[in-house]
Amino acid sequence: MFEWLTQPWPWYVAGPIIGLIIPLLLYMGNKQFGVSSSLRHACAACVPGNISFFQYDWKSEGTWNLVLVLGVFIGGFLGGYVFMNPEPIALSAATITDLQKLGLTNFSGFVPSEVFAWSNLGSVQGIIMMVIGGFLVGFGARYAGGCTSGHAISGISNLQLASLIAVIGFFIGGLIVTHLLYPLIF
Amino acid sequence: MNYIKYLLVGVLFGFVLTKSEVISWFRIQEMFRFQDFHMYGVIGSAILVGMISIQIIKRFNLKDKEGKPISIPPKDASQKKRYIIGGTLFGFGWALTGACPAPLFALLGSGITVFVIPILAALAGTWVYGAMRESLPH
Repeated sequence: MFEWLTQPWPWYVAGPIIGLIIPLLLYMGNKQFGVSSSLRHACAACVPGNISFFQYDWKSEGTWNLVLVLGVFIGGFLGGYVFMNPEPIALSAATITDLQKLGLTNFSGFVPSEVFAWSNLGSVQGIIMMVIGGFLVGFGARYAGGCTSGHAISGISNLQLASLIAVIGFFIGGLIVTHLLYPLIF
Repeated sequence: MNYIKYLLVGVLFGFVLTKSEVISWFRIQEMFRFQDFHMYGVIGSAILVGMISIQIIKRFNLKDKEGKPISIPPKDASQKKRYIIGGTLFGFGWALTGACPAPLFALLGSGITVFVIPILAALAGTWVYGAMRESLPH
């Protein structure tokens, strides 16, 4: 009866639920769905310095967003730890073949444990993927004015040209890393 | 106490991201190699449902819970450079970490503790953007 809690969910269940978060937040308090702003609010709360970008009333503007992110963390704990799916992800055979060519052998869990490990933080690959990668997620999201939730999902839902351009950028960047950089650092 | 509803929405979002494996580096690789429909299905159907919802809200001038009109301020489309340059840099980060901001927090929640590093790095990236914003082309 509770298999659905541990089994993976198909796209046609997950996608519409994510889409419904947009009207839900609008109804609850006129809030626009987006996650990366939480990083700005955290900076404004902790290390605003003398930077005008961080001088605003983060408590009234951002508390709801920081609370949402805390919820995402708890949701990840419930979905990925408490009700963890014990099976490896059913990846396409072509992807497994490609990643094996890069040298990956372990396909269990959400991420390759060879790469995303504390012990890999000393390697060039680990620094590029975890430190520089994380930096670019934060820098790029604020530069572009949103991330996957704010641009790809809520922005395009609201027929925003700006968001379509940003998503094209997301793919240009992702394709370069996947097809040009990865063969060099694996 | 007003914020508990946002906590619950976040829990739902994080749970769905996890169950649909959107937080997986492997799934992101599948997407950037165009080898499976899964990620496109999740994002595409989310957009479709969001779009229909927003059209309904606008058409019928629906109000929020407190009876105030729902306003959705548009993104500023007069600036183009920021979206393409910032978007591409974000895409580098998305493919490298295999995660965008929400999945970073869900991955940490799922017990992969090393994701505290990309989260701290993303905070640093946000801070550096704020510090050098005026000298960047927008």
